Amino acid sequence: MKLVIGIVRPEKTNDVLEALFRCEVRGISMSRVQGHGGELERVETYRGTTVQMGLSDKTRFEIAVSDDFVEPTITALCEGGRTGEVGDGKIFVLPLERAVRIRTGETDHGAVTPVTA
Amino acid sequence: MTGVDTGDTAWMLAATALVILMTPALGLFYAGLVRSKNTLNTFMMCIAALAVATVTWAVIGYSFAFSEGNGIIGGFDYAFLKDVTFTPRDGTTIPHLLFFAFQASFCIITTALVSGAVVERMRFGPYLAFTALWSVLVYSVLAHWSFGGGWLIEGGTLDFAGGVPVEMGSGFSALAAALVVGTRKDYGRQALLPHNAVYVILGAGLLWFGWFGFNGGSGFGTGQGSVLAFTNTLLAPASTLVVWAICDAIRGRKVTAIGAATAIIVGCVLITPAGGYVSPGWAMALGGLGALPSYAIVMLRPRTRVDETLDVLAAHGMAGLTGILFIGFFAQTSWNGVSDGLLYGNADQLLWQTLAAVATPLYAFGMTFGLLKVMGLVAPLRVSEREEAIGMDVGQHGEEAYASGEGAILIRPPDGEAQLADGRTEGVPVANPA
Repeated sequence: MKLVIGIVRPEKTNDVLEALFRCEVRGISMSRVQGHGGELERVETYRGTTVQMGLSDKTRFEIAVSDDFVEPTITALCEGGRTGEVGDGKIFVLPLERAVRIRTGETDHGAVTPVTA
Repeated sequence: MTGVDTGDTAWMLAATALVILMTPALGLFYAGLVRSKNTLNTFMMCIAALAVATVTWAVIGYSFAFSEGNGIIGGFDYAFLKDVTFTPRDGTTIPHLLFFAFQASFCIITTALVSGAVVERMRFGPYLAFTALWSVLVYSVLAHWSFGGGWLIEGGTLDFAGGVPVEMGSGFSALAAALVVGTRKDYGRQALLPHNAVYVILGAGLLWFGWFGFNGGSGFGTGQGSVLAFTNTLLAPASTLVVWAICDAIRGRKVTAIGAATAIIVGCVLITPAGGYVSPGWAMALGGLGALPSYAIVMLRPRTRVDETLDVLAAHGMAGLTGILFIGFFAQTSWNGVSDGLLYGNADQLLWQTLAAVATPLYAFGMTFGLLKVMGLVAPLRVSEREEAIGMDVGQHGEEAYASGEGAILIRPPDGEAQLADGRTEGVPVANPA
């Protein structure tokens, strides 16, 4: 049982979602975050003020999966999120101690397996 | 001054300003309909028309539209505003300069309208070139046909405020532009939704407000035609709103806000050609019945591969065509003092309205299609797929509509302030890219 955190470009969000649904990973949390990962600087100008945008908008996926689903999830995040340019994002896989499905009280493996699977 | 009426002039000064307001209003309307990452680019396409089309209109467009020429296009008499002074133009009671400014506002808004077909993907540079060429090659020619002594107005086509050059001209050009520039990369694959419905409604409301100057000013004074057109501009869109809401309710069980905003535009367009020629009762009928063909196109177009993004064809092309044809049936001499339609015994009027409704779309579509094809040979019309994904605002303008400022590092202090408080001259990046 792992927690997969994927941080991707916002414009690739839909591609990642498509890839995840295709490999039947359901149960996804998604949030908009800002971060810095070494992309080439973007410069914006507002009247006389010129700024480097040090933080870029990113989309952060959090996906708790049973062990069998870890590799498909990582593959989907990579396929959906890759453009080949600096700034495509990162994936972190963390061990997961417990999981509880609130509706039924199921725990662990049962809780992170989609109902339909 | 001989022949100048102060009352007419006062109203036309105000009406011109009202029409100028329509272009930023259209910017707001369009900007709300696109995704947030393309807000500024979409808005700037309308602002660009204020810049470019005004200049081309003063340099040559006005002359091609309104100076003596042949049936197709005017001549060079008024190029660079030569002889456009305080003396009224024949048949008007306002200074010629004011007539020019009022007509300029029409050229600007029409040019801006076409952008709705190519938003979210067309490069800004080629778009500027397109507005310059289109405002002369398409708008000026069509304005000459129906306003400036060309073959339609001479033959007898009635077009009060621009069903031919403004509405059909922009609508069918938009269709051509969408076909040449091509679909957005995600079109038909992802849901591409309006990002701010409030902008859309506010934009539509301001457009309606401006339209009182557009239609009400097209009598070039305060005469009966202007008053009739002004009031019809209230009545027709109201009927369109009612019918549109009913259609929405039947189709989806809910009355939508963006549908209502669209209805306001469609209603204003419907009454644009007919405003000063039909009775208030017929204006309400036009607003109601005329909603249906435009509604059908708005519903069917997204099911095609034609990414005419903001439905300029449905809202302007189709509604303008409906309005032009409507005059052929329901014009009344007792109201307009000019001509009757078929219903009142004058079949000839319908013939000339039909000719306008056939020739205008053909010219607008053909000319725009050819123009963009040729431009496409010189330089690419679209941004790269990558830039389209990131958004036009950052890519084309280096700005964001909704910048938070978080993580922004000042790289050049404002002039006159050589150093920051602690003696450094630049901000510190949060991290140095490798």
